[in-house]
Amino acid sequence: MSSYSVTEPSPRQKWAAGILVIGYALITILPLVWIITTSFKSPSDAIAYPPKTFFTPTVEGYVNVFTTRTRLSPEQLQALGEPTTWYDKLVRKDGLVISGPSRFAERFTNSVIIGFGSTVLCIVLGTAAAYAFSRFKVPLKDDLLFFILSTRMMPPIAVAIPIFLMFRSLGLSDTHAGMILLYTAVNLSLSVWLLKGFIDEIPIEYEEAALIDGYTRFQAFYKVVLPQAATGIASTAIFCLIFAWNEYAFAVLLTSGNAQTAPPFIPTIIGVSGQDWPAVAAGATLFLVPVMVFTILLRKHLLRGITFGAVRK
Amino acid sequence: MTFRHIRSLAAFGALLAAGVATTGQANAKDLTLCWAAWDPANALVELSKDFEAKSGVTMKFEFVPWPNFADRMLNELNSGGKLCDLMIGDSQWIGGAAENGQYVKLNDFFDKEGIKMSDFIPATVVGYAEWPKNSPNYWALPAFGDVVGWSYRKDWFARPELQAEFKEKYGRELAVPKTFGELKDIAQFFQKREIDGKTVYGAAIYTERGSEGITMGVMDVLYSFGFKYENPDKPYDLEGYVNSAEAVKGLEFYKELYDCCTPPGHSDAYMSEDIDAYKSGQVALHMNFAFTWPGIHADANVGGEKSGYFPNPAGPDGAAYAQLGGQGISVVSSSEKQEDALAYIKWFAQPEIQQKWWEMGGYSALLKVVEDPKFATSQPYAQTFLDSMAIVQDFWAEPAYASLLQAAQKRFHDYVVAGQGSAKDALDGLAKDWTQVFDDEGKY
Amino acid sequence: MLKSSVDRVAEATPRAIANRMHGLSDRALAWLFVGPSIVLLLAVNIFPLIWTIRLSFTNFRVNRPNAEVEFVGLKNYLNILSDRDIWLTMQATAHFLIWTIVLQVLIGFTLAYLINKKFRGNDLWTTIIVLPMMLSPAVVGNFWTFLYQPQIGLFNYAVGFLTGADPSSFSMIGDVSLAPWAIVIVDTWMWTPFVMLICLAGLRSIPGSIYEAAECDRASKWRQFWTITIPLVLPFLMLAVLFRGIENFKMFDLVVQLTGGGPGSITELTSINLKREAFEKWRTGYASAYAVILFVTVFGLASIYVKALNKVKQR
Repeated sequence: MSSYSVTEPSPRQKWAAGILVIGYALITILPLVWIITTSFKSPSDAIAYPPKTFFTPTVEGYVNVFTTRTRLSPEQLQALGEPTTWYDKLVRKDGLVISGPSRFAERFTNSVIIGFGSTVLCIVLGTAAAYAFSRFKVPLKDDLLFFILSTRMMPPIAVAIPIFLMFRSLGLSDTHAGMILLYTAVNLSLSVWLLKGFIDEIPIEYEEAALIDGYTRFQAFYKVVLPQAATGIASTAIFCLIFAWNEYAFAVLLTSGNAQTAPPFIPTIIGVSGQDWPAVAAGATLFLVPVMVFTILLRKHLLRGITFGAVRK
Repeated sequence: MTFRHIRSLAAFGALLAAGVATTGQANAKDLTLCWAAWDPANALVELSKDFEAKSGVTMKFEFVPWPNFADRMLNELNSGGKLCDLMIGDSQWIGGAAENGQYVKLNDFFDKEGIKMSDFIPATVVGYAEWPKNSPNYWALPAFGDVVGWSYRKDWFARPELQAEFKEKYGRELAVPKTFGELKDIAQFFQKREIDGKTVYGAAIYTERGSEGITMGVMDVLYSFGFKYENPDKPYDLEGYVNSAEAVKGLEFYKELYDCCTPPGHSDAYMSEDIDAYKSGQVALHMNFAFTWPGIHADANVGGEKSGYFPNPAGPDGAAYAQLGGQGISVVSSSEKQEDALAYIKWFAQPEIQQKWWEMGGYSALLKVVEDPKFATSQPYAQTFLDSMAIVQDFWAEPAYASLLQAAQKRFHDYVVAGQGSAKDALDGLAKDWTQVFDDEGKY
Repeated sequence: MLKSSVDRVAEATPRAIANRMHGLSDRALAWLFVGPSIVLLLAVNIFPLIWTIRLSFTNFRVNRPNAEVEFVGLKNYLNILSDRDIWLTMQATAHFLIWTIVLQVLIGFTLAYLINKKFRGNDLWTTIIVLPMMLSPAVVGNFWTFLYQPQIGLFNYAVGFLTGADPSSFSMIGDVSLAPWAIVIVDTWMWTPFVMLICLAGLRSIPGSIYEAAECDRASKWRQFWTITIPLVLPFLMLAVLFRGIENFKMFDLVVQLTGGGPGSITELTSINLKREAFEKWRTGYASAYAVILFVTVFGLASIYVKALNKVKQR
């Protein structure tokens, strides 16, 4: 590639572009870095003025996000004797005792169950429908596909009104099953669109060859098409998972004590009298970092998926 | 990722789904109590250990922070959820919960167990238990008495140099304010003052938009200025009462206080933001519910002798009222464990438990506890609590409470924080909104 | 109609393949494959939509199980359209929509253009820029309130550091004139990468030979940019705008956590307003009418836009 090409930018242009983009990237991740660093600050360091860049790290925020604490009077604390564990010691210096676990672990588990549950269901249904749309000629296909897609245009709050009533009469309010079904339905349109694109790319000759070899249509789908579409299925799955993981509006309106996911819960983390920012940051960090790591590791599939999905539509 | 990975992912999903099925089965001998997430709730967890030991029932708790409390819990009640067996719901919900059959009526239970409402502070019985108001129909047992009052920096007030300067400026001692006018002077005096090398501000007040914050704060002040919810002789007749000249003055006062004397960024503050501002030493005066006082008293920065407490000062005509807070404990109709839930209320109503409740930082509403001669001096804020409790008024507890509150939140925040229109406009608008709500309710 | 399309799926299958079938017939397979998705979408999307339309003509309230439900005709619709406050929330939404789109298109396109210079390590930095849009808006929005705090917040501190203003002298969330910008800033931070990625896809789809041809014609770089780059990227850019438009019209989580609609009602977007009516005041019938109006609005605007988009594509 030593020959001169007009489409290849000059080294100077590359340098300038690189510096500008890196500058923007650094500014844009600053809030995320701030969330992570705040989670290791003590409450007083977190609200220090001016904001502290260097501080002594502590895991107090993480202890606080997983526990509930009660304030006791000095006499009552004396009566309790010496704290036995490291986390007891940590809260004891603020005049508090740990009275039990918080709901954070449950909410996080709910996010995992509902996220993965709806993703699996969405992929199973979506792949099947996408296969049918891709392989069989459907006269009204475009209309049907557009109809499927248009269901995403409704504001979630508007959709939530009848869903609330429906869930109430079916006993699905605040259940994992209800949320899994709902998120599956919301994601299904995107998943069908994306997967149809991936399956379209697989040459039909493979299946025909399999059918000639005596496979049934279903076997051909299962043993030939699915493995070919695996990459596409994986990146679609990541999208469904991230959507379900991040979703807030439905979760805040339709879940409560049993099936509430982490996004409505994290903003409601408060300390014992007063906002406990390190605990909020600790909860947010635990919740956000998996997605960040995921994004960086799977960037090739993910970025392609975003543009592919959008541009196809 | 290969297809095999996806299959294992699917298996994992199935595994998790199986896990849900098993965790879904609740222990028959447990009860869930729903309340706001705040200091008293943590104290109740400790207190309830006695009940668990005696009854063998495991107590579970669902605490929701104040800004989301009404939203979440009313949603829970309206969706017919079975999460809460016991609900310590806000005083204003009682009308809706009673009329829509969301709470169990407790009269028979009280009669059977010999629990008498006359044993409780009268204002709390009316406020937390009765619907319709002032009729012997009980839907809750008064659980936690609460009222808006003030805490202040006693140590700053006691500084000779500040006292001298204040006296020179205002011609009177720097002391606990007797009127709202005096309160504003003091707040102005402290605003942006350097104390121990830190800039401090006048007062932390309620300005929150999302739930009920600014309404609680504004109402707390408006009562003493002469605001009335309705024509005392003609229910639901609002024009001229809600937007009377006195009420307009009160609302103007609240805005002046907000504009002159609050810390920076105080545009969306409710209980926890105000505690933060006070405990971090930012403000001299602090409007908040009485529940905050035990925590302030125990605080390392501002606790002990550094803080004092006073009930709402008087308005221009000498009248003094305060906004009622607090809640009663109710049994939720859709609960399948009503027997155990009633057993909990029976346990909770015992005088010795109520005494212990007070000692742990819960404001008992039992007369036997608060009329004990030792009560008033047991804590530095106990007398202020009693004085405040004697002058309470409460917001609408109508079934349409949520609509009434929303209208107030909007009108007050638009005027006080966003500075739109005049106080008269805001209250005229509010009277119009409320009349519309009652019209929809078929009250006219 | 749906039934027949599934049938036609089967009928339209090439006979050669159909003849080779064992086990399930193609028709049954098509049913089996499309059926569950259609059923689920009908149950969770279409049935509720019809129910919403029905409720919108009543005075039904979820929190009044005992009250009689009355048919009120078009009253809910008329009340909404004549309500000044609702037009104010529409204005707030329009302000939010327009400015987020303008900023995101400008910054997103610039970034894509720069990244397309293919400097070393560009894909890693692209990924880092993309991070915010992968995260939960509610959780991140909540944390931004901390960054926006006067005095202690990083944002105010940074602005103070750069401009010399006192960081405690302004409150992004509390100030009537700043709050609408506070939400625009966070949304732009979060979603610029989306526009950027789509523009990047557009830029990369332009064959180098076109530029080479232009170079032969001695067209200046500036001219190439306006006559080749922009027109060819435009369909992509318009798509990005469509998606951001629809998403931000629906905007709820981020702004609820950031400002909750305040101060006053300055940042009360339609979704927030609708939530108050439906789930705080529990005026279900009224809120249903509101929801239908929003749906018709977004559907109508999107359809017009898509027509325009197709025209651009055809050129």
